[in-house]
Amino acid sequence: MPVQALTGAELAERLSAGVPASVERWEEEVVWVDSSKVEDVARFLRDDSSLDFQFLNAISAIDFIEYFDVVYHLTSFRLQHTAVIKTRLHGRESLSVPSVYHVWRGADFQEREVWDLMGVDFQGHPNMKRIMLWEGFEGHPLRKDFL
Amino acid sequence: MSSEISNEDGPLNSRTWDIDREEGRTVQGLKDSSTEPLAEPFIQVPDDLKGNLVVTSVDALINWSRKSALWPVTFGLACCAFEMIATAMGRFDIARFGMEAFRASPRQADLMIVAGTVTWKMAPAIQRIYDQMGDPKWVISMGVCATSGGPYYGSYSVVPGVDHIIPVDVYVPGCPPRPDALLFGIMELHEKIKKYRNLGKSARPPISGQVTAERPPVETLPEDGVPGSQGNP
Repeated sequence: MPVQALTGAELAERLSAGVPASVERWEEEVVWVDSSKVEDVARFLRDDSSLDFQFLNAISAIDFIEYFDVVYHLTSFRLQHTAVIKTRLHGRESLSVPSVYHVWRGADFQEREVWDLMGVDFQGHPNMKRIMLWEGFEGHPLRKDFL
Repeated sequence: MSSEISNEDGPLNSRTWDIDREEGRTVQGLKDSSTEPLAEPFIQVPDDLKGNLVVTSVDALINWSRKSALWPVTFGLACCAFEMIATAMGRFDIARFGMEAFRASPRQADLMIVAGTVTWKMAPAIQRIYDQMGDPKWVISMGVCATSGGPYYGSYSVVPGVDHIIPVDVYVPGCPPRPDALLFGIMELHEKIKKYRNLGKSARPPISGQVTAERPPVETLPEDGVPGSQGNP
């Protein structure tokens, strides 16, 4: 059975039912959620039996100059489907988003890496410090305005 | 042309005799005042021991044993490590040089092949491993990343050459170098090790060109020809 990517419309419909007022908008296979409700959305995606996203593939971030997108790639091994969740952070200073460390333990190093290289702070992470670069390094090198 | 040179005073070689002898003295003086990098031992071997003795210098023996069993420390940083691993495998077979024993402990190794990109965060670890290796020790910088930073030169996280951290003996260019290139670098290091003298000091004369080292006095065996008969009563 091939792995199916859930459509944005379907995901948005389920998320709206599960976590009220969490969906901002959606596209073909992507749903943007409110950045303050990321942890609630993550917990719902993991625990809902018809979604069952037990596995977090990756957390990444994209610098669009005016705003940042934090991207979550999810997979359900049992139901053989995937999903992409994004959240948008406006501005460039003191960006923060709730940590999903307590939902998926694999988010530990991923969130530290995003903080290290892109400068997005994850609230609630138990060990939020640099992972690739050394303590005392100035700036976040994967940002568009670095150098 | 011969009309000008062979004039009435006789043939040319008879007239330049003094100049030639002066030049000869200069050449001989230079030759006498120089020392061999590895002086050939002058020892008279008695007839009844010939065929049972090999005479060599201590430096040659030590250097030969050092270069014939150069154990590298297991140390790979990036894609160059795969070429280093390939060098150790059967096709290129680093065991031909007595080097197949990649040691997991720097205490047992005397060669560090810095194979790959050196980041600033890795630099203290490299320095520490180098310090943990016992003397004498050598370093090969493998690939352009370890040599100069390579494609990452000027990056925020990459050391522009491992020689900022530790001294390097041989640089092997390439991205990554083929095993052939690494083997050539290893053989160059062997040639370098062969020239060491007196427990690790270089045999090269000082850069000024002045030969300061005196030829050591030649020791001959006593008349009876038995080695060591003079030393211990």
